[in-house]
Amino acid sequence: MCGIAGFIANSIVDIEADTLAKRMAAQLLHRGPDGAGYYADESVVLAHTRLSIIGLSGGQQPIHNEDKSIWVVFNGEIFNYLELRAELKKKGHKFYTDTDTEVLVHLYEEHGEDFVSKLNGQFAICLWDRRRKKALLIRDRVGIAPLYFQQTPKGVYFGSEIKAILAGTGKSPKLNIEALDQLLSCWTPVAPNSIFDGIFQISPGEMIVIHSGKLVTKQYWDLQFPANNQFEDISEDEAIETVHDLLFDATRIRLRADVPVAAYLSGGLDSSILVSLIKHIDSAPLQTFSLTFADKGLDEEKYQAIMVDRLATKHASIHCANEDLGEHFLDSIWHIESPVIRTAPIPMGMLSSLVHENQYKVVLTGEGADEVFGGYDIFKETKIREFWSRNPASKWRPLLIKKLYPYLDLSRSNNQAFLRNFFGDGVEEPNYPLFSHMPRSITTAKIKQFYSDATKEQLSGNAAEALIATLPAGYDDWALFNKAQYLEIKTLMGGYLLSSQGDRMLMKNSVEGRFPFLDHRVIEFANRLKPSLKMKVLNEKYVLKKAMEQYLPKNIVKRYKQPYRAPNIPAFFGDKKFDYVDDLLSSESIGQSGYFDSKKVSLLMKKIRAGRPVSYKDNMALVLILSTQAWHHMFVNQFSENIFNCKKGIDIDRVQ
Amino acid sequence: MSTEVKLRSYILESYLFSDDQSLLDNADSFMEKGILDSTGIMEVIFYLEDEFGIQVEDEEMVPENLDSINNILAFLDSKK
Repeated sequence: MCGIAGFIANSIVDIEADTLAKRMAAQLLHRGPDGAGYYADESVVLAHTRLSIIGLSGGQQPIHNEDKSIWVVFNGEIFNYLELRAELKKKGHKFYTDTDTEVLVHLYEEHGEDFVSKLNGQFAICLWDRRRKKALLIRDRVGIAPLYFQQTPKGVYFGSEIKAILAGTGKSPKLNIEALDQLLSCWTPVAPNSIFDGIFQISPGEMIVIHSGKLVTKQYWDLQFPANNQFEDISEDEAIETVHDLLFDATRIRLRADVPVAAYLSGGLDSSILVSLIKHIDSAPLQTFSLTFADKGLDEEKYQAIMVDRLATKHASIHCANEDLGEHFLDSIWHIESPVIRTAPIPMGMLSSLVHENQYKVVLTGEGADEVFGGYDIFKETKIREFWSRNPASKWRPLLIKKLYPYLDLSRSNNQAFLRNFFGDGVEEPNYPLFSHMPRSITTAKIKQFYSDATKEQLSGNAAEALIATLPAGYDDWALFNKAQYLEIKTLMGGYLLSSQGDRMLMKNSVEGRFPFLDHRVIEFANRLKPSLKMKVLNEKYVLKKAMEQYLPKNIVKRYKQPYRAPNIPAFFGDKKFDYVDDLLSSESIGQSGYFDSKKVSLLMKKIRAGRPVSYKDNMALVLILSTQAWHHMFVNQFSENIFNCKKGIDIDRVQ
Repeated sequence: MSTEVKLRSYILESYLFSDDQSLLDNADSFMEKGILDSTGIMEVIFYLEDEFGIQVEDEEMVPENLDSINNILAFLDSKK
């Protein structure tokens, strides 16, 4: 991956291109430490920081076509670039580099805006068609590569990260209160919102066309599921074989790079599948990386060892202690650029630092398998609640929920009245569009009780309604299981797992992640399969396990799924004390930022300090409040020193 | 401090993060009002066991014993 940023003026202006490019690119140095370049004419500035992976020499961006009428800055990878390049060459296009980037300009010449449908990859692109005075801002289908923009009276600023846009506009940011409220219902602001007021994301699968100051949004791809149970009419064996072949190819093309490629190995099913596939495709020595935790409830070292031993990978791991989370918290929020409700991104940042220390730039990961093949507990929960909703008065149907969470200590609340209360929310309304996600949303939304009066007064929207308004036509005709998948992919995966816990934690240490399970061919095929192939009774990822069991030891396939988690409150209130915790949560700081009620926050702190066991909800509340305060401190209070007058230097060359 | 006052201030401070007595009626159902969820019930049981030196048996973990201030007070009385 790399960093891109720039400015598209409404009309011809005299831009201080050099200053602007430097300012914006300096904020993205961590995404691309291998070089920087920019292009400028009377209408645009396109800047790029490079992490060189394909076409190591001569790959400096921006890249242009034969007559320099089309320019592009690009962050990501086009995995089918070799095939596209061969086709384009046949049609007479002349290439001046060996990069995947150059394919973009020629493909655009050939197909116009539709060129994007030919790409298999992860990308954030700004393409400038100088003759037509038209700019395209494009993001990949599921949102692996980030891309944001802000419209101003002069033109549109864009960037891989929001800090680049802030450096461009020079305006101190404001928190978007509605987006915060959405984050506390859906785990992420509803697209296209970001947590920054007035700054929006290009949504996954979207292209924004900018022409003389006018913006037109086009959706070139979206998740689709069969209507009215019209699933692909194929046998189980055919489905298994196709899943195998597609994943094999998705992994094969993701090994393309001019630098060595490594993999994450958590010890869970998905990363074990992935590492086995890689070893099957390429017998060369493979480097793997993993995290270990002191808490045995979170640690998966035993399973990592089984796979390392079986596949003889060269393995390195990094241990995450509770105080490490507190240690890396502020730096992580700086990269995430958003409040979070869990500390789980932080260990992923530690893991990418291990990759960086070992001088690797690319890792393949198993991210996406749970969403695409139905692995998460929320899908089981949905299935059980659907079953229960057929007879809401049933005494024994809700007891199935207990089967779901053996790793939670429900043993002391094995009373069905309590289960019914928590998981029974909305069980009478299976047709409600957000049925599957109601228990999660209601739990998370409890954090809203900490809002200050000022925050409550500013809120006018309804987060659930905002999300419902983005659902595609035909959604109501999908199976409940598929609706749950859609919501999971659009909210938690796109807005949190791939960004806060994904891209930002990887790029923090200049490491690129690649995700074979999120190849759009895999997604499109899996989406056409009937849900019972994904979850057979309550056996998750059935078709995936069947397709891959030939490569895996039985104890990995049959292992009970353990969700990836990290300690929350113990990160900040263990043996090691962190001054910033007291500072950011003091009544003075809480009052200054104004988002939360300082009295309530002090009572939460009192409860935590008393050392009594605290709930999941209180853990989330603490992390959310602390991260929002940290966000405010770094981006608002320290806007000048951190961003606008930032002393970070960058060598950037003008490409013309 | 009476058991009632102690219990009310525990619930108010720990779950409603407030000392505003008007927010909690002794008859309010914790679950219906969204004051406690399934893990919250566990915390309350820990608290009752620590604070009042009782032990809550599995079969006693029912809303009739735990779902409001009044229910808990009656339950604590029955355990004396």
